Amino acid sequence: MSASAGAGGWEPVIGLEVHCELRTATKLFCGCRNAFGDEPNTNICPVCLGLPGSLPVLNVRAVEYAMRIGLALHCEIRPSLFHRKNYFYPDMPKDYQVSQYDAPINVSGWLELPDGSRVSIERAHMEEDTGKTTHVGGGGRIRDAEHALVDYNRAGVPLVEIVSAPDIRSSAQARLYASELRGILIATGASDGRMEEGSMRVDANVSVRPAGTYEFGTRCEIKNLNSLRSLGRAIEYEIGRQVALLESGQAVAQQTRHFDEDAGETVALRSKEEAFDYRYFPEPDLVPVAPDAGWQAEVAASLGPMPADRRQKLAGLFGTGPTTPARDDQIATVVELGLDALMLAAVESGVDVGLALARTANEAAADPDRARQLEPTNYVALLRMEAEGKISATHTKTLLADMFDGGGDPAELARRRGFEALDDSSLAAVVADVVAANPDEWARYRDGDDKLTGFFTGQVMKVTSGRANGKAVAQELRRLRG
Amino acid sequence: MTGAPPPGGSALDLARSVRDGSTSAAEVVERHLSAIDAVDGELHAFVTVLHDGARAEAAAVDRAVAAGEDPGPLAGVPVAVKDNLCTRGVPTTCSSRILEGWCPPYDATVVERLRAAGAVVIGKTNLDEFAMGSSTENSAFGPTRNPHDPSRVPGGSSGGSAAAVAAGLAPLALGSDTGGSIRQPAALCGVVGMKPTYGAVSRYGLVAFASSLDQVGPLTTTVADSALLFDVIGGQDRRDSTCLERPSPRCTAALSEGVQGLRVGVLTELVEGADDAVAAAVRQAADALVAGGAGLEECSIPELRHGLSAYYLLAPAEASSNLARYDGVRYGLRVEADTVEEMNARTRAAGFGPEVKRRIMLGTYALSAGYYDAYYGQAQKVRTLILNAFDRAYQRFDVLLGATSPTTAFALGARVDDPWAMYMSDVCTVPSNLAGHPAMSLPFGTDGAGLPVGVQVLAPALGEPVMFRAAAVLEDAAPARTLPRVRAT
Amino acid sequence: MAAEPRLTRDDAAYVARLARIDLTDEELDRYAGQLATVLGHAADIAALDTEGVEPTAHPLPLRNVTRPDEPQPSLDRAEVLAQAPAVEDSRFRVPRILAEAP
Repeated sequence: MSASAGAGGWEPVIGLEVHCELRTATKLFCGCRNAFGDEPNTNICPVCLGLPGSLPVLNVRAVEYAMRIGLALHCEIRPSLFHRKNYFYPDMPKDYQVSQYDAPINVSGWLELPDGSRVSIERAHMEEDTGKTTHVGGGGRIRDAEHALVDYNRAGVPLVEIVSAPDIRSSAQARLYASELRGILIATGASDGRMEEGSMRVDANVSVRPAGTYEFGTRCEIKNLNSLRSLGRAIEYEIGRQVALLESGQAVAQQTRHFDEDAGETVALRSKEEAFDYRYFPEPDLVPVAPDAGWQAEVAASLGPMPADRRQKLAGLFGTGPTTPARDDQIATVVELGLDALMLAAVESGVDVGLALARTANEAAADPDRARQLEPTNYVALLRMEAEGKISATHTKTLLADMFDGGGDPAELARRRGFEALDDSSLAAVVADVVAANPDEWARYRDGDDKLTGFFTGQVMKVTSGRANGKAVAQELRRLRG
Repeated sequence: MTGAPPPGGSALDLARSVRDGSTSAAEVVERHLSAIDAVDGELHAFVTVLHDGARAEAAAVDRAVAAGEDPGPLAGVPVAVKDNLCTRGVPTTCSSRILEGWCPPYDATVVERLRAAGAVVIGKTNLDEFAMGSSTENSAFGPTRNPHDPSRVPGGSSGGSAAAVAAGLAPLALGSDTGGSIRQPAALCGVVGMKPTYGAVSRYGLVAFASSLDQVGPLTTTVADSALLFDVIGGQDRRDSTCLERPSPRCTAALSEGVQGLRVGVLTELVEGADDAVAAAVRQAADALVAGGAGLEECSIPELRHGLSAYYLLAPAEASSNLARYDGVRYGLRVEADTVEEMNARTRAAGFGPEVKRRIMLGTYALSAGYYDAYYGQAQKVRTLILNAFDRAYQRFDVLLGATSPTTAFALGARVDDPWAMYMSDVCTVPSNLAGHPAMSLPFGTDGAGLPVGVQVLAPALGEPVMFRAAAVLEDAAPARTLPRVRAT
Repeated sequence: MAAEPRLTRDDAAYVARLARIDLTDEELDRYAGQLATVLGHAADIAALDTEGVEPTAHPLPLRNVTRPDEPQPSLDRAEVLAQAPAVEDSRFRVPRILAEAP
């Protein structure tokens, strides 16, 4: 558990609830399309509209995806029931939500973060999504609205809700958790992780307590955070707000809050003091779900490597020595952007690991969508050209941009740009000319001022329009010096 | 078969004559529409009569017959459909103001199967609002009257369907049974009413009252018609997760098997508390089965005494959730207001009748925090006790016998002010719903006032064939039926 | 028969709020009384010993009833909206919402 005491001896205690939309073709209980952005109320039927007489039938792929998520989070898969969660809201066609209550499909898992800390997962259960409400008038917010409009396309879309234990101790750790979880959800194939489209939504439960104590303080729930940045900012603000209250002798009121992006503050929602009574009871229109051992094994066998596994594989390429935060960051970037295949291809064909990582984490990562579409053989060829000194680092970056634009064989692209490196004798001649043209600098270099290597390399580059290989220049200078 | 032939002919007879061309479906439907027009003003069995639709469907059947195609086993037979079953493009009101005028965009599975069998949907029948009641007095559109004595109730909640069949306005009707709503009105109106095994018939398109108890079933004048209609509507439906995957048991074949060697138990708890005439009918029915070669013993299942209490916690609880969707947002009645919360609350206040409100309140309370374990949770456990007790009984017996309703038809208005007295009408029928078992009511004589008495045959889950065997024998042995005062001529 | 539980008007009002039904004071009092009577009758089961008895949520032993993840035709939007009490921009229109979803 990552140690952290908050401001002035207060320990933040954070739990996250993540709602993840599943990438099924159809909704959880009916055959309507599960699609984002369609014309309003075009993907509706008696079931997801909750028309009188309609009945739910469970989507088998949603169950499979729920299991994939559970297994990726090291959960135990249990026989489970659906329950009705009863409350009124216009985006709820039946005015109850079919969810899972005390018999969820996945329990008792955990998630290890890149910083080595571990967060327990209490449960990951299935439930249906609601429709979408748009508030009209008053700037689109509920508070000053004149009326509201409801679109039921999203009603009935399958969700998995992942509930962490309150093991998180800082906003940074919360962001790391959300980011790692997102990577896992994408890796399972169950979700596209597009927070900006609402396919992954985070609620944060935040409380504080005096550092070193064990009793939980009163917590507030911040709902519907839809970017990692908002998550971090909202939690930071909320911790500060609660600490300020407690330090001034006031109590923290248990509330549901909303994050105001513009003001950077959490704001209390208009809600009742009493805890809402959902009157959960087992859903009589559905029967229990109990995936047998065979099905579980099938799903487990089909799971690919998780982000942590992929990071470990890249780290292993550097041998067993100690790593650096910079290297870990770069590795994390490569995995998060799905560029590990490119890097591995380069390393496998002999490109130096450090070079492969640097180019992939910096240059390729500049345009990850295009990078992912590159032919690995071309990417490898480019890096090999640099590794063998045929082109400079600057040229590599230029050629990569060319490859993003139209792809193609890097050797051909290099020829077109005239980027071929100078051969040894031409290089020696140019270095000799530059040395002769700068006698004072040459004197200082000859006397041991190695910093002038850069000066001479720059001059050589100017003369050759960047075609010289920096290492080769340095080598030649040293040779001349003797 | 003893007793007067069913007014208008049995469905089997009608279908046969349509299929062999001796009658036209058009003529059959015209005859029944005239009867409805003549008589339903007094009875009010129907909420909507489908003159044009029925004629069109009949014409299609006649075309099929003319073309030498198979028009189906129910060819040209008019069927009255309880108004809580969805019929596409046709108002489906559940006898409630909150759904007044609402037309579903789809057909219930059972309605699809009726049409596929060549039946003609002649109208939607009156019910207690959202199927909650035992007298059809809770309808928002006025009560239905008992054809045998129009000052009396037809029973409920499928009172309209039972009255329509009893009066000869349609040979077949569909009803729904959650706590006795097919069987009790069948008994009070002198017709055959059958509740299938839970899951034997699809609930897709049946507007839900209590999801773990509801079943769709036939109301008919003969046992053979009941078996036929059950065979048509039953069986697997992929749109209902609680519908059994096996094909439902074929019952028409079982009708002639007799009861030789059958072990029959007279269920004490279903006779105690019954009026003398009703208890006498049960004894007579028992004698008839013995005469047919069955063995007979008394059977007591004390757990059944708790059935009514468990039912009146479970059913309202599920109903309170099933009826939440009626909020004025997407369809049906809306009473405008400044906020959506107020709009919901005023719409539901205006749209629901007092019995529905009472049950929603009761069910909400039974599910609420602090009371769930004592009420709903405990009722679910009592359900298990009843199921287990039935299972033990069915090790000794093949079928059980008892009263359907403790009394014959009571007067309109007699029980409306005493909810528990009204709920007591269901004491003999709720156990089968709680257990998910099939049960059916047969007319078996009358009381001193000439009102029909029903006897009830109960069977274990998927025991429809043995149930129909006993029912067929009882039908033959039953005293002559009296014709209802209000009927088709 | 066990004693009837006491239900006050406030109890009934709370239930009516949960159930979203506007009731008059007279109705609240009436339902409070009727609920108490029914619950009193039902109290005979409260006394039953159900130690170790599993609740029956379904009378059927079915498990794992599912359907394949294949698209089916949706409803015609016009047909659905034609029956809606209020429509704007092809969406269902409702009065302003006072409270956020719980």
